[in-house]
Amino acid sequence: MTTNLRSGSLDAGVSASAGPRVGVLALQGDFREHAHVLATLGAEVSLVRRPEELDAVDGLVIPGGESSVMDKLARTFGLQAPLKAAIAAGLPVYGTCAGLIMLADTVLDAIAGQESLGGLDVVVRRNAFGSQNQSFETDLDIPALGEVPVHAVFIRGPVVESVGAAATPLATLADGRVVAVEQGNLLGTSFHPEITGEHRFHEYFLAKVRERASVSS
Amino acid sequence: MTVSETGSSRVKRGLAEMLKGGVIMDVVTPEQARIAEDAGAVAVMALERVPADIRSQGGVARMSDPDLIDAIIAEVSIPVMAKARIGHFVEAQVLQALDVDYIDESEVLSPADYVNHIDKWAFNTPFVCGATNLGEALRRINEGAAMIRSKGEAGTGDVSEATKHIRKISSEINVLRSMTKDELYVAAKELQAPYELVLEVAETGKLPVVLFVAGGVATPADAAMMMQLGADGVFVGSGIFKSGNPEARAAAVVKATTFYDDPSVVAAVSRGLGEAMVGINVADLAAPHRLAERGW
Repeated sequence: MTTNLRSGSLDAGVSASAGPRVGVLALQGDFREHAHVLATLGAEVSLVRRPEELDAVDGLVIPGGESSVMDKLARTFGLQAPLKAAIAAGLPVYGTCAGLIMLADTVLDAIAGQESLGGLDVVVRRNAFGSQNQSFETDLDIPALGEVPVHAVFIRGPVVESVGAAATPLATLADGRVVAVEQGNLLGTSFHPEITGEHRFHEYFLAKVRERASVSS
Repeated sequence: MTVSETGSSRVKRGLAEMLKGGVIMDVVTPEQARIAEDAGAVAVMALERVPADIRSQGGVARMSDPDLIDAIIAEVSIPVMAKARIGHFVEAQVLQALDVDYIDESEVLSPADYVNHIDKWAFNTPFVCGATNLGEALRRINEGAAMIRSKGEAGTGDVSEATKHIRKISSEINVLRSMTKDELYVAAKELQAPYELVLEVAETGKLPVVLFVAGGVATPADAAMMMQLGADGVFVGSGIFKSGNPEARAAAVVKATTFYDDPSVVAAVSRGLGEAMVGINVADLAAPHRLAERGW
């Protein structure tokens, strides 16, 4: 196609260099924004919609979007089982918003029959802040990423209602609610660094991908 | 203590970013909303009559009954949009008070103001507006729209107008990209759009907000074609619940939108869907019945 209409086009920043190979789950949502950030940071980015495309990556990002739609499409097109297997085998995965929901072991306020991939030992509540009128942006202090606060955009976002023994909270709102978690090679945020120009979460994630790639090669 | 801000441009435009690659479906009952969510819709548009019925029944088409909107919001967990008449800022205030997730200032309803559109900056709830060309899209964005949908010709099942509008917007963007900076002043005058927005489009090669396609999409192949033409996602109005098997058709359109560039998937999901909506050829519509011409 020759059209450049689609926002967040990949053309702008894809590097030909041999950076870490990172896939972005591209069933629905703002996957191009993630791809753009990752490419800017030197990763070799590919979009993942089919099981075989998962074999060619050392890390995966699950973008923002509608978790119930991603779950449905992942199951319909045979991606759910390979994704679960890859997570169990230690593939680094970073999920934002809907991606965090997909990575949670337990999801509250899901639609009937909705499943998650699991991996993060957390309970996540969907749409925890209410309707779009309650969506907001704010600054978060996240010591793991340095002294400068992280500007975070929450769009009908989830929150982590409880953090199991295996997972570690990375960020909380002023009221104490957890909005970012880490567990081994898995990382999840309720908010969207991919649409604010905030690159530190992606850098943090890419460090995991590089480490994993160097161990397995 | 950090400050939280709702209703910022980033937050408003951000929800549209999250809807990308998805299908937004018109629904007129909570039962239809449930079918849409189960089929994989990213959002629903709550309204009393789908455009095909507005067309056949005639009369003034207005904002839906708040009871209906409440019932649909209560039924689903995906975002709920609702329509206000062009220029009817009080209908928009009501929809904001009802806590809908997006307000569609829509030509499908009867216009309330033949001169002014709603000042959308004045609202916390984001707006989506229709456009048939780039100038119209940029005027709506200048008024505060956080998402644009090409208009097509709603309620017809004829995709030709949707094709015309997305191609028009696309080609007008391509023309801007090839212009020198001094030519852009004239371009802004001719597009009847603010220079700053014209410059931004010329530099980035895209609209500053998400662009969906609407109006006449009735089949999985229609949806995939709009995606191949550069849409960020699709609205399906009458096309689903005016067809023979809404559940199957809705799920098929969702899959075709994700795999829009894979004809084997589009072929597979197009099988056995039963009858598509009957449809009206846009060429057979008398000019006063063409909804896309509403909006200025």
